[in-house]
Amino acid sequence: MTAIPGAGQVLPTGEGAPAGPGRGPRRRLGGWSFDTVSFFVVFLGLPLALFLVFVIWPFVQAVFYALTNWSGFSAEFDVVGLANFTALVQDPRFLNAVGNSVMFGLFIPLITIAIALTFAILITVGGSGKGQVRGVRGAGFYRVVSLFPYVIPAIAVGIMWRLILDPSNGLVNGILTGLGLDRFQSFAWLGNVGTAMPVTMFVVVWGFVGFYMLLFIAAIKGVPSEIYEASRIDGAGRWRTSWSITLPLIRDNVQTAYIYLGIIALDLFVYVQALNPQGGPDNSTLVMSQQLFRTAFTEGKFGYASAMGVAMAIVTLVFAALVFTVNRLAGGRSERGRG
Amino acid sequence: MTAHAQAMPRASRAASRDRTARAAGRGDRLAAGVSHTVLVIWCILVIGPMIWVLIGSFKTSSEIFASPFSLPEHWSFTNYVNAWVDAQIGQAFLNTIIVVGSALVLVMLLGAMCAYVLARFEFPGRRAIYYLMLAGLTFPVFLAIVPLFFVLQNAGLLGTLPGLIVVYVAFALPFTVFFLYAFFQGLPDDIAEAAAIDGAGNWRTFFQVMMPMARPGLASVAIFNFLGLWNQFILPIALNPDQQNYVLSQRLAAFVSSAGYAVDFGAMFAAVVVTIVPVLIAYVIFQRQLQGSVTAGTMK
Repeated sequence: MTAIPGAGQVLPTGEGAPAGPGRGPRRRLGGWSFDTVSFFVVFLGLPLALFLVFVIWPFVQAVFYALTNWSGFSAEFDVVGLANFTALVQDPRFLNAVGNSVMFGLFIPLITIAIALTFAILITVGGSGKGQVRGVRGAGFYRVVSLFPYVIPAIAVGIMWRLILDPSNGLVNGILTGLGLDRFQSFAWLGNVGTAMPVTMFVVVWGFVGFYMLLFIAAIKGVPSEIYEASRIDGAGRWRTSWSITLPLIRDNVQTAYIYLGIIALDLFVYVQALNPQGGPDNSTLVMSQQLFRTAFTEGKFGYASAMGVAMAIVTLVFAALVFTVNRLAGGRSERGRG
Repeated sequence: MTAHAQAMPRASRAASRDRTARAAGRGDRLAAGVSHTVLVIWCILVIGPMIWVLIGSFKTSSEIFASPFSLPEHWSFTNYVNAWVDAQIGQAFLNTIIVVGSALVLVMLLGAMCAYVLARFEFPGRRAIYYLMLAGLTFPVFLAIVPLFFVLQNAGLLGTLPGLIVVYVAFALPFTVFFLYAFFQGLPDDIAEAAAIDGAGNWRTFFQVMMPMARPGLASVAIFNFLGLWNQFILPIALNPDQQNYVLSQRLAAFVSSAGYAVDFGAMFAAVVVTIVPVLIAYVIFQRQLQGSVTAGTMK
């Protein structure tokens, strides 16, 4: 939801033993004075009530609705068990959407991380080859600019690129025709089955590269400089150092980034909705979330749409579990930090 | 003979060290050159489209249709007026400020209170609450969206600004609590104890001692929340169907989906600019806090 990447970053710190190391025991409730009772009711009760009613309760309800044939605003519905799910796995439209979402889930993280890592390495090792990792001159400027696409609203990013990719008045076709490529005179980037998905991926990558670049820069700067010193003395060049020293050491950051990006890509909605609200040519960019919205709010099949929501949650969790397992099998640590 | 054999390698080693040093100097320049080239291209790819949209927002629709490269004949704000009034961007802007402003204040207050209690008090159910919050962060919002629609409808809050505010607060709460939890845990105990000895109750300790101490943490969470809420799209599109109450992101999407080719292109450019500018300003002002918290997250 809102800025989850930032949230995830602090999770490991947040989860700790009941009393932090080196600190005294937590305070206990000091009797039942009015001050204590009112304090707890307001400080814990109020936020918790809000959270339970508007977040947790809908999640629980969704799982229940997924087992019903509730089809609209009437109060009646039957519990149909797993019928919605058997219908889902035979629904060509939804399966197509799952396929597209998986494509996004595979390629967007890969491309984004490859580019973000490259940029992060260029910024950090591009500077002097001696002493500490200092980074290129103007690194601050590059960092600030890189985050622009991440902070502006995704819907604005989507519409901006829609205007840029416009077949007849867009910047892209303007440049290409200007270069003498006349076949792009009015080429519909978002209207062709062959280009709609790659172009959509490009726009999403454009939006996210900067943020992950920042994460990787921070991770690289966290590597002790003695390690770089040692590898230089051993005669490793810049690129060798990046490949054999930096990458393995920030591997866990890459895993975290991969999971966030994978989840973002599987749950993609805003970008595709801005670029191709109807699902694109031949539904080639239709994703699960779009199909869920249509099923619920256009067709009024709330039980069926809830089943889609459950399916989305399952796909997302399976994906995260897969990444963890693969990384662990390949020799990475499941715990973050480098001991 | 032996002396000669030893002297030779030393001499050649010195020469080769000299060569490496020169190579390193050249390597430095080469690496810097490659880095700057790639990064400058990337910056152009980021800024170029935004400048193009900015320029487009001053062109008339016929100028936009004529050429993607031309500059506007007259730098007039007609498009902005059209977008602001006819396309109701103004109304949406006002709604967004009301919703995001209220939600931000509320979520910071409630989130700080909740995080403070979780971080600094021991009571039964504490861990359960913690994991519940984690679940709220993990599951996709799409799972909740259908039931949420009816929760709001039953409460009579569907399509109203207060309804939207409440939902924004609830969904931004887990992130806020997690971030501030770590922060409150890191604050020193002695000051809180001193306040307690001086007779300050729980309420006063929080508002007059802990909150001021937590200001840096609050600032970075607030800026993340501001961006997240301003950019929020999924919640309003599902829960805020009343045109009068549209927020900016919805109004922008309506341009694309409803009007089709009858759309006022110039106004669309202007609307995109109006949506982007406030977050860019906020970002540039607070970018140190933002970048700082990204960095702090990875370094432990």
